[in-house]
Amino acid sequence: MTAVAARVLEAWNGEAVEAAAVPLLPLSDFQQIAADVLSAGGRPVAWFGRPGPGGKVLLTAVLASDAAGRLGLLSTLVGESVPSLTPECPSLHLFERELFEQHGVRPEGHPWLKPVRNVLPDRHPFFAMEGEEVHEVAVGPVHAGVIEPGHFRFQCHGEHVFHLEIALGYQHRGVEALLQGGPDRRTVTLLESVAGDTAVGHLLAHCHAAEALAGVEVPARAAALRGVALELERLANHVGDLGALAGDVGFLPTASYCGALRADFLNALAEMGGNRFGRGLLVPGGVRFDLSTAEAGRLADKVKRAMDLVRRSLRLFFRSASVRGRTDGTGRVSREACLSLGLVGPSARACGVARDVRRDHASGVYRFAHVPVATGESGDVFARALVRSLECERSADFAAKQLRALPRGPVRIPCAAPAPGRLAVALVEGWRGEIAHVAVTGGDGRFARYKVKDPSFHNWSGLAMALRNQQISDFPLCNKSFNLSYCGHDL
Amino acid sequence: MIDDLLHILRLRARLGRQTVAWPDGPARLPERFRGRPVLAPSRCRDGCRACADACPTEAILDPGRAGMRVDLGRCVFCTECTEACPEEAIRYTRDHRLSASSRDGLLCAGDEPRLARALDERMQRLFGRSLRLRQVSAAGCNGCEAELNAIGNIQFDAARFGIQFVASPRHADGIAVTGPVSENMRAALLKTWEAVPAPRLVVAVGACACSGGVFRGSPVQADGLPGVPEIPVDLWIAGCPPHPLTVLDGLLRMLGCLEGEGPGEAPTGVVDPGPGAARPVRAG
Repeated sequence: MTAVAARVLEAWNGEAVEAAAVPLLPLSDFQQIAADVLSAGGRPVAWFGRPGPGGKVLLTAVLASDAAGRLGLLSTLVGESVPSLTPECPSLHLFERELFEQHGVRPEGHPWLKPVRNVLPDRHPFFAMEGEEVHEVAVGPVHAGVIEPGHFRFQCHGEHVFHLEIALGYQHRGVEALLQGGPDRRTVTLLESVAGDTAVGHLLAHCHAAEALAGVEVPARAAALRGVALELERLANHVGDLGALAGDVGFLPTASYCGALRADFLNALAEMGGNRFGRGLLVPGGVRFDLSTAEAGRLADKVKRAMDLVRRSLRLFFRSASVRGRTDGTGRVSREACLSLGLVGPSARACGVARDVRRDHASGVYRFAHVPVATGESGDVFARALVRSLECERSADFAAKQLRALPRGPVRIPCAAPAPGRLAVALVEGWRGEIAHVAVTGGDGRFARYKVKDPSFHNWSGLAMALRNQQISDFPLCNKSFNLSYCGHDL
Repeated sequence: MIDDLLHILRLRARLGRQTVAWPDGPARLPERFRGRPVLAPSRCRDGCRACADACPTEAILDPGRAGMRVDLGRCVFCTECTEACPEEAIRYTRDHRLSASSRDGLLCAGDEPRLARALDERMQRLFGRSLRLRQVSAAGCNGCEAELNAIGNIQFDAARFGIQFVASPRHADGIAVTGPVSENMRAALLKTWEAVPAPRLVVAVGACACSGGVFRGSPVQADGLPGVPEIPVDLWIAGCPPHPLTVLDGLLRMLGCLEGEGPGEAPTGVVDPGPGAARPVRAG
């Protein structure tokens, strides 16, 4: 382990390091260390390329050791092909496909090598089964509800689903290419638009990265207000999704009540910064809007009141026999599958895997105030709903407490331009799980690479696993219990 | 069982009527809500373009001159321009009405309301009392999609006006498009539109669908519906994302169900942004 430690650069979440200090290892050593860390309980946080010397690709890995609260950075130069690590470390499967698509590095021996965002159905056929009465069901990209586009291909026998392949990329807008060479006047708005339902989460990750690169720390009052905004975003999405889950199982009281109560949390964000999704509130250097003591107190009361109604509404939901009948055992993901695929957020916690960036890699206000980690056991739709309802309670408590005891002082300080030749990793526990931004500056202080990873990048594989041996009619319910981001994945 | 039912009814009574008072009563929006911007170019220093240089989406045209305009189809309603302006020549009102019947109608000078025109009589007769829309997210970030979902909830309750989203384009009277239209969604968008029986309506929702928004110029998208000339647009709704009331205002005006200035509070003119705290805090 000491030999490994010496060959990996250790860093904290939200810390900037010299980009040149990241060890450059021979490929075999890089792969050996990565495989060792991942099989010893580590997780891939980021795994990305950028142009290296001699036409090669400089591959950088950021691996998390949650128990130690540390990140390990290492890099290597790769050519046109590398041996695939996916058979040994399945959590890398999509990262290797992404590297193949973005930089042409072919992982030899990858079990299912296709592009991630530009899949051509004729050139990249779906996994197909053959046999009497086995049939295929194709859904999307345009779906029946008001949701984002994606394609789902089921291999079925009657109602029974053997396999689900998820093909995304319809939402690809070229976010990373637009970020290249920044920061510029577009950067903040772009990052608020990675996933519109996670505007606060993604922008908070960006703020942490930008502030680390500039070497500034925001005032305590700003950090607290950011924490409040992040928890309100979590509340709005969890409450809305629990309502939608109730709708999917035909339990309409909770569907109606939660649909309306979700607005209380969105409106609370709008009271902080004018926009229901928290756009325009955060900025590198702090927040753009302050709250007076009276306003903060009123907001705390409002959050408490709304949570009280959410609690009553969810009690109806969890007490109902028909709800339990539809959610118990539906869409189960085993703890083993969760660990091997590297799932994050409530999807992982529902499988009994207690990982949460707010605790494991605390940054900002979470260094001083803690949110207890909620876990479930059964890994099914019920467990995901339960975990999210517990998180609502804890987020509401946290937000109200922060609002009632905001530290005094300014809420915004100037944030200098990024220092040249630095690399910063920023992790934030968004409502779907771990958001990771890695910013690397060149000699001119501009972004030579800005890597964005939405938690959905890990968790779509979890949804595919959840559908195995289920009824195809339970797909909407399973899908909603994860409610993953298409645009966050597609970038 | 009876016990559960009683719980449901008790909570129902406690929650009371949830539907907003608008359009019979005023539109109640948060104090810090950023609606239609107003410009006062007479205050600008000659040749100053601080607002335009700070804008993430190049939404400010002819800055610092008498003909200065904001393209609401590009505006993401952030605070960069108001922070950058040394003269307070650009400010936001709380006017949520941000729709137009043509793309040029979203170009906004001075202090003029943006009110979409009603359809012609035949179309009003067809759709005025019942409008079924198919939503197509063409690389929308789920902000506009979330607000379109919200117009169907019990608070905004679009169904009381006969407006609903349907699952199939075959059942629809038109489509509501969000997002800048990624290249990967262009074919699916066209097919969905073609599947809607004529006469059909097209509504562009949000800055991305109107102009590409913050993604404008990215080579893997079309800069919104203006980049898809096959699909004619009947209603343009600005915002990032548009507030549910902004969406409803646009749809109801298009259908001829809302006319004139009202209803709403302080329909035109700068609404006082309120106590000092409501203005953005500048760094340092």
